[in-house]
Amino acid sequence: MKNPLDSLWGTVISGLVLTAILYYVVKLALGA
Amino acid sequence: MEEFIVVGIGRWLHIMSGVMWIGLLYYFNFVQADAMKAAGADGTAAGISKHVAPRALFYFRWAALATWLLGAMVLGPNFLNAFLFHKSHIAIGVGAWLGTIMFINVWGLIWPNQKKILGIVAASDEEKAKARRIAFLASRTNTMLSVPMLFFMSAGAHSGLYF
Repeated sequence: MKNPLDSLWGTVISGLVLTAILYYVVKLALGA
Repeated sequence: MEEFIVVGIGRWLHIMSGVMWIGLLYYFNFVQADAMKAAGADGTAAGISKHVAPRALFYFRWAALATWLLGAMVLGPNFLNAFLFHKSHIAIGVGAWLGTIMFINVWGLIWPNQKKILGIVAASDEEKAKARRIAFLASRTNTMLSVPMLFFMSAGAHSGLYF
């Protein structure tokens, strides 16, 4: 499997996915 | 008055140094990486590696340190609340942890390896090739982490809007 960080847009998309995951985790932690 | 200087002026300086840090990070990833490939192909890469990259790296690494220290100063008595993910500071805590990982990447991985790549410290061709890959991946990791880091920095200041 290709490393997404080798591509600039793979890097940006990985960042967006990570943002969505962390947002969901924080929302759960806050019970919001 | 003290709060204005520490939190108000401190936050302003934190954002300014953060813009310089992340601005240069985006310069490296969005502009310089491809420019070096093109310049390498027509034999002009030395112009970038000799005159541009060292200057950009100077402001990049010191802006990273200033951003982290000013961020810690702005957090002040809430520093531990943020880093221990206390409910009242969970959003800024996530942002602070991401920023801290990025800061460690700058001083622990990117800069030591860039010194080998740019010839500031002696390295064999094999060591340089390895250093290039490590610095590249650390820089790309920081670009990836900057996306949620900036989201949670924004959310930390406007929690009611985000959560």
